Amino acid sequence: MSVTTLPPLALAHRQPNWLVRLFDYKPFLIVMCLAPAIGLLAVFLTYPLGLGIWLAFTDTTIGRKGVYVGLENFQYLLTDSLWWNAVFYSVVYTGIATFGKFALGFWLALLLNNHFPFKSLLRAIILLPWIVPTVLSALAFWWIYDPQFSIISYLLVDVLHWRTTNVDFLGSPWPARFSLIAANIWRGIPFVAISLLAGLQTISPSLYEAAMLDGASAWQRFRYITFPMMMPILAIVMTFSIIFTFTDFQLVYAITRGGPGNSTHLLATLAFQRGIAGGELGEGAAIAVSMIPFLVFATVFSYFGLARRKWQQGESND
Amino acid sequence: MTDTVAQPAVADAKAAPDTMAWDSGLRRLMMIYLPLGCFVLILLFPFYWMAITSFKPNAELMNYKEHNPFWISSPTLAHIKHLLFNTSYPRWLWTTMTVAIGSTTLSLIASTLAAYAIERLRFRGSPYVGLGIYLAYLVPPSILFIPLATVVVQFGLFDSPMALILVYPTFLVPFCTWLLIGYFKSIPYELEECALVDGATRLQILRRITLPLAVPGLISAGIFSFTLSWNEFIYALAFIQSGANKTVPVAILTELVTGDVYQWGALMAGSLLGSLPVAIFYSLFVDYYVSSLTGAVKE
Repeated sequence: MSVTTLPPLALAHRQPNWLVRLFDYKPFLIVMCLAPAIGLLAVFLTYPLGLGIWLAFTDTTIGRKGVYVGLENFQYLLTDSLWWNAVFYSVVYTGIATFGKFALGFWLALLLNNHFPFKSLLRAIILLPWIVPTVLSALAFWWIYDPQFSIISYLLVDVLHWRTTNVDFLGSPWPARFSLIAANIWRGIPFVAISLLAGLQTISPSLYEAAMLDGASAWQRFRYITFPMMMPILAIVMTFSIIFTFTDFQLVYAITRGGPGNSTHLLATLAFQRGIAGGELGEGAAIAVSMIPFLVFATVFSYFGLARRKWQQGESND
Repeated sequence: MTDTVAQPAVADAKAAPDTMAWDSGLRRLMMIYLPLGCFVLILLFPFYWMAITSFKPNAELMNYKEHNPFWISSPTLAHIKHLLFNTSYPRWLWTTMTVAIGSTTLSLIASTLAAYAIERLRFRGSPYVGLGIYLAYLVPPSILFIPLATVVVQFGLFDSPMALILVYPTFLVPFCTWLLIGYFKSIPYELEECALVDGATRLQILRRITLPLAVPGLISAGIFSFTLSWNEFIYALAFIQSGANKTVPVAILTELVTGDVYQWGALMAGSLLGSLPVAIFYSLFVDYYVSSLTGAVKE
C-alpha cells in the first residue's frame, strides 16, 4: 500500500538540498527527534526531582529563598506525631487497598473471562470508575458518606432495619479511614481487572486441557496454572498500583482533607498542607522526599518478590 | 456469603470452554452472573447517585421520609441552570478543554518523535533512553508538585493554564512513548527499507509510511492523554490560584464547596457535567482504551 505514495519521494531524491541532507544525517535526526521529549522531561521532571531533594534540606518558604539547614527538616519530622500518623495511615491505606483491589479485581477478571452475552459492553461499563475524574467520583462518595443523608445509612436503617442510627462515616478516625480505603478500592478495581483479564486471555487453553486430563481439580488448575502464569503481569500491575496508591492525593483531599483531627492524612496530603497551603516549601518537600524510600522498597518488594517466581518457573513453584 | 463462593467461582472460570456437562444453568447463575451483577451494581452506583442527585429538587434531596431517595418525583434542571449561569462553569470547562488538548498535542508530537528515534533509528544506547523514559513514568506527581511549583513561578507561569500544558507531558510523554514504541515494533522493517532504496528520506518515511500505519497507536495515545489531562488534579490545584483559570475538578472542589451547607445538587451536577466529556469520548473509543491499557501493561 505504501508503494503508491512513492513517486513524490523520488522527486525529493533528485534535488537534494542541504536541509534535506541534514535531516537525513542520522545522528542529527536522532538528536532532533529526542530533543522535545527529553527536553520536557529534563526541565519539568528531572530538574524538579533534584530541586525537591535540595529543597528538603533548606528552610525555604513561599516568597523567601531558604538556606541549607542540613537534616533539620527530617529531624523535625521524626519528632512530629502528625508525620508518623501520615506514615502509618499511608502504609495501612496502601496495604489494605492494594489487597482489596487485587482480590476483587482478580475475581472480576476471572468472571469476565467466561463467555456470556454483551461481554464487551460489560467490559466497557466496568472501566467507567477509572475513566471518570477521580475528584468527581470522590465527590459522589462524599455525598454517599454524608452523615445525615447517606444513602447507605438509609438502606441500613430505613430499608433493612439493621441499625437504628445513621452510620457516621467521616466523623471519627477509623470509620473515616476505612471509608477512604473503600472508595480507593472502588476506583482501583477496574484497572486491575482489565489488566489481569488481558493476562488471562494469553494463557493457552491447552494447559487446562492437559491438567484436566491429568485429573487436576478446579482449584488445582487455578493454583498451578493460572496463578503462576499470571505472576509476571501481576508483578507489573501491582508495582504500579502500590506506587500510585501510596502517593494518592485526590481521594483524601476531596473527601476529608486529612480530617477528622488529621487522622486521614496521607504523606501527599500532609506535604500539600505544609508545603503549598502552609507555605513551608522546605518542610513540604521533606515530607514528599520521605515517600521515596517507601516507594523504592515497595517497588523492589512487589516487583522482585513476584517476578522471581517467573524465573523459577518449570522447577518448583510452591 | 460472596466470599465463600469465591473459590469455586474462580475455579469454575478456569474451565475455559463452557461445554462441561456439570456446568448447569443454575450453577452458572450462582457462580458467574450473580457476582458479576453485584460488581456492576457497586461499580456503577456512585454514577447513578451522582446523576439522580443532579436532577432532584432540594426538597427531595433532604427528605427521605416522604420521597423514595432512589427515584425523582419531580425532576428539575435548576442545579444545572445555576451551574451554567451563576458560576464560571462554562469558563472552567473551556480551560480544561484547552489544557487537555494542548498538552495532548504537545505530548503526542514529542513522544512520536522519541518513539521513532528509539525504535527505528536504532543507535547505541537507545534501549537505555527507552528505559529512562519508562522510569520517568514511575515518578509520582505527589513527589514533584512542590518543587514544580517553584519552577513554574521561576518561569513566570504561575496561575496560567500554560503551566499545566507544559507540565502534564511529564506523565503523558513516558506513557505515550512506550505505547508507540510497541506500535512501531509491529510495523515490518521491510517497508522502510523499500522506501530507503527508493530514495526516501528518513522524515519522509516517518510521515508517509510509519505514521499512517501507526494511526491506531496514535489514537490510543491521544485519547489516553486527553483523559489523563482532563482528570489531573494535584498540579492544577497547586499551580492555579485565580477562580477563572481553574480546571473543572479543582474548581468544583474549591469554588463550589462553600459554607457549611453543601449544595449537593449543584456539586453533583458539576461532577456529572465534568465527567460527561471523558465518558462520551470513552464510549466512542472503548476498544482503543482497552488495547492501550492492556498494551501498556504488557510492554
